[in-house]
Amino acid sequence: MSSSVPAYGPDAPGRLAALADVTASDAALRRFLHGLPGVDAVGLEARAAGLGTRSIKTTAKAYAIDLAISMIDLTTLEGADTFGKVRALCAKGLRPDPTDPGTPHVAAICVYPDMVATAREALGEGSGINVASVATAFPAGRTALPVKLADTADAVAAGADEIDMVIDRGAFLSGRYMEVFEEIRAVKQACVRADGTVAHLKVIFENGELATYDNIRRCSWLAMLAGADFIKTSTGKVAVNATPPNTLLMLEAVRDFRDAVGVQVGVKPAGGIRTSKDAIKYLVMVNETLGDDWLSPEWFRFGASSLLNDLLMQRQKLSTGRYSGPDYVTVD
Amino acid sequence: MSEKSERPENSERSERSEKDGKAERTGKSGMAEQQARLAVFKTYKLYVGGKFPRSESGRVYEVTDSKSGQWLANAPLASRKDARDAVVAARKAVAGWSGATAYNRGQVLYRVAEMLEGRREQFVREVAEAEGLSKARAAAAVDAAVDRWVWYAGWTDKIAQVVGGANPVAGPFFNLSTPEPTGVVAVLAPQESSLLGLVSVLAPVIATGNTAVVVASQRAPLPALSFGEVLASSDVPSGVVNVLSGRTAELAAPLAAHGDVNALDLAGADADLAVELEAAAADTLKRVRRPAAEDWAAEPGTSRLTAWLETKTVWHPIGV
Amino acid sequence: MANNLFPYAPAPESRAIVDLAPSYGLFIDGEFADAADGTVFKTVSPATEEVLAEVARAGEADVDRAVRAARRAFPGWAALPGAERGKYLFRIARILQERARELAVLETLDNGKPIRETRDVDLPLVAAHFFYYAGWADKLGYAGFGPAPRPLGVAGQVIPWNFPLLMLAWKIAPALATGNTVVLKPAETTPLSALFFADVCRQAGLPRGVVNILPGYGDAGAALVAHEGVDKVAFTGSTEVGRAIARSVAGTGKKVTLELGGKAANIVFDDAPIDQAVEGIVNGIFFNQGHVCCAGSRLLVQESVQDELLESLKRRMGQLRVGDPLDKNTDIGAINSAEQLARITALAEAGEAEGARRWSPACELPSAGYWFAPTLFTGVTQAHRVAREEIFGPVLSVLTFRTPAEAVEKANNTPYGLSAGIWTEKGSRILSMANKLRAGVVWANTFNKFDPTSPFGGYKESGYGREGGRHGLEAYLDV
Repeated sequence: MSSSVPAYGPDAPGRLAALADVTASDAALRRFLHGLPGVDAVGLEARAAGLGTRSIKTTAKAYAIDLAISMIDLTTLEGADTFGKVRALCAKGLRPDPTDPGTPHVAAICVYPDMVATAREALGEGSGINVASVATAFPAGRTALPVKLADTADAVAAGADEIDMVIDRGAFLSGRYMEVFEEIRAVKQACVRADGTVAHLKVIFENGELATYDNIRRCSWLAMLAGADFIKTSTGKVAVNATPPNTLLMLEAVRDFRDAVGVQVGVKPAGGIRTSKDAIKYLVMVNETLGDDWLSPEWFRFGASSLLNDLLMQRQKLSTGRYSGPDYVTVD
Repeated sequence: MSEKSERPENSERSERSEKDGKAERTGKSGMAEQQARLAVFKTYKLYVGGKFPRSESGRVYEVTDSKSGQWLANAPLASRKDARDAVVAARKAVAGWSGATAYNRGQVLYRVAEMLEGRREQFVREVAEAEGLSKARAAAAVDAAVDRWVWYAGWTDKIAQVVGGANPVAGPFFNLSTPEPTGVVAVLAPQESSLLGLVSVLAPVIATGNTAVVVASQRAPLPALSFGEVLASSDVPSGVVNVLSGRTAELAAPLAAHGDVNALDLAGADADLAVELEAAAADTLKRVRRPAAEDWAAEPGTSRLTAWLETKTVWHPIGV
Repeated sequence: MANNLFPYAPAPESRAIVDLAPSYGLFIDGEFADAADGTVFKTVSPATEEVLAEVARAGEADVDRAVRAARRAFPGWAALPGAERGKYLFRIARILQERARELAVLETLDNGKPIRETRDVDLPLVAAHFFYYAGWADKLGYAGFGPAPRPLGVAGQVIPWNFPLLMLAWKIAPALATGNTVVLKPAETTPLSALFFADVCRQAGLPRGVVNILPGYGDAGAALVAHEGVDKVAFTGSTEVGRAIARSVAGTGKKVTLELGGKAANIVFDDAPIDQAVEGIVNGIFFNQGHVCCAGSRLLVQESVQDELLESLKRRMGQLRVGDPLDKNTDIGAINSAEQLARITALAEAGEAEGARRWSPACELPSAGYWFAPTLFTGVTQAHRVAREEIFGPVLSVLTFRTPAEAVEKANNTPYGLSAGIWTEKGSRILSMANKLRAGVVWANTFNKFDPTSPFGGYKESGYGREGGRHGLEAYLDV
């Protein structure tokens, strides 16, 4: 492949079309997905753990902390969310550390569709921060397709820059891959705005429910073939969310997909990443699996909320030499 | 059950601990008493799910010195519900403990021996009182208990090599038998040997990856209850061992009939009770080890390990 | 793949944790002593060529003194109840765990291997090995060698420089558990951890003379092996020296175990889990700079997956970090000695001269010390020297095959037979291949895995006898 194109760019559909035979039928898609190389769980976990022992110090740590902050999709996805809560979160995302204007802002604010307009307004124009909205009956995804599409269109209309959809895990687990594929395509269509521009689509697998690494690799390819701009580990609402091995596996999948198809897709681990130490481990995985091309908020995100304050405390520690405490960072 | 609701101020127990601690102090006269420091008594509690509850029944019974008959302490008189709670705790611990590597279990068991050795003096006193032994003989029993624990710590990663192995089946198959723990084992600890006997029946249960509900010696439960504190300060995960004190027959009946208990060690049951319990255990086809005359000081062999192991045989074809 | 944005800052492990004396003696009969003839040698850090310490060099007279000390200690040690011997070994295991960080740094200094490996592999395995054999000491009657197997007497043990402390553990732990006493000679380039181990024995209160350590060269090793007071010889090292030892003990009553060289095939089928296979290949040949007798030095890859695999492998090799062994992020450290570097260099040049294609990722090597970049040879055939001779360095030769039968044939086409690797998701093929491979250890979908419970040792010219596991007891018992 001469050069790769971004999944959200105008050339991506053409590249994907070259693989149309793979997605021509349920049987063809199944054969393709089941023909991908297997994943040995022990080896995968050992590699992830090995990368986790990298010792990131001083200048490298400072770089990693700021990069991690800039990659956060600062998230609130609670039944108890209010306009006030969302505005506070937006303020936090814009100025994570009010005492240090040099602190980068986060990548996006991630909310439910009914909070998109509020977030959009709170962030204002030209903030550089995107509004991401979960959609398609997040987190379970158990509703009819028209409802999912309406949910998506509603969020896009309200001003969402990014849509985090959930796949139908039931369909995937029962082998109805084509159904999952078509649904992602349909949601992608619903991301098109009236003016022809598009909201970027992140596809959430819920790795904890897919259960096996082989499933996660197959689901990664399925979602990328269907046009995902990002693939995302999890909703944060189940017992097993992002883990270093399941994220490493998805990093390998986007790497292989770009090599094979020439389309670059982003990765977003979400849920369970709470400390700077954790976040740095993920950045090390990105660095040693994908390199510079993915080391930016354009291609890698953290779905997180409490992570931000830990990063800020570590950042303060680096600049002052003293350990910081929770009273020196702001609550959302 | 307790008739004496208050502890006598100048009990034998307080003097004893003073003597052990600071040598010469006769302590019978009122004058000497004034100068002697008043000992702090320990409240003996059950050990269930990594915590130290009193019996849910709120009952206690008096434990006395086996020689003098002097009151030593009140022990919890555990109930059927305590037994039920202990089984729940033991079941919850099965996945983690049986799934731990044999090496890890060995390290954890060895840690128990280290902790037991560190509390040697306390156990020598408790065993002497419990079993009416001289200090020297009690010390020998405690030392043997430590060494017994070390012996079983060493078995965790060896028993599979001794009782498992490849089977040369007549066909293109890989065939391997390996031992696996049976699950939750209810153990009636020996009545006479309060610590060495307890350790000798308990260690093999957990060395093999099972979890245990132990009913301590009815008459001499204090060393067993203190042993719960040793386990709690080692790296043994919560629920792997649960220690109950009380009437053996009262606690054994629900354990023998319990649908979530896999095996039953009757070491501490008398002949009549053993028959009754074995029959009750038959309903759920528990693995049962009958009581027998045992020399707790002798090398134990492997039979107490294999008693709580299932053998799993795996077949796999061989071919390109 | 570009890696410019996120360079890792140096993360050096502190060497202050190791208190190095300017000189060390021989450890005989519980005391440190000078060599009888006063000879010393210097041990250097292969990463910097800095002299770490001066060490007494054992000669024939010292070997004699040490063997006599071990002989004197033998009856008392053998007569101890197994449980008591076991408790000494448990003590040693615990002290090794407590001092693991110090010993890891020491080993990295003296050997040149990365701290990541000494910390995460060598030291945990060392302690585990003592822990495992400690438990056997009072259970020998259950090991399948009769009800009351007896020890042999004095074990003369000679170990190599690639895993100094781990090889010591493999030798000493089973010897002591079974009731033998020991005279051990560490390699001349890596004597320090064995001498620190002597101090561990003292902390553990081990009786005098049960363990004796004789730093020295090949002459001391030869004298030890030949000494008439030695009942058992255990050697890990080159096949050449192994042959000489086998000759030297001919006609004596000495029991011998030899763990020698290897030229392992790592066989990758087209249905392998590719990402994990790449990790296994890398771990197989670049672990410990390739200074591993069981290294997967011949990659046998099925032709249908060759291109894809090699591309992944090269990309992965580009991520290997070569440099300061004390840096916690270093993957590949220094070559252990100038002599070994010369040998690797010569064989790699022969590979090129014979027409194989040589490739290494771009990597900057330090100016001082002994270094060799991770290297890949493609287009290799069974006729090439790099496919036949043990290189004992970070050099991988790639060969191809078309069918399982061809893979077996090529894999077995060597005088060695220590280990082999198989990568396929098909279970029945793993077992079929394993049955046909003439090697003492076969790893499937993994490589270079070691465990105290698992026997290790070779077929053919890779030696005889097994170390580790229940089987490892046999070498030290009169059975």
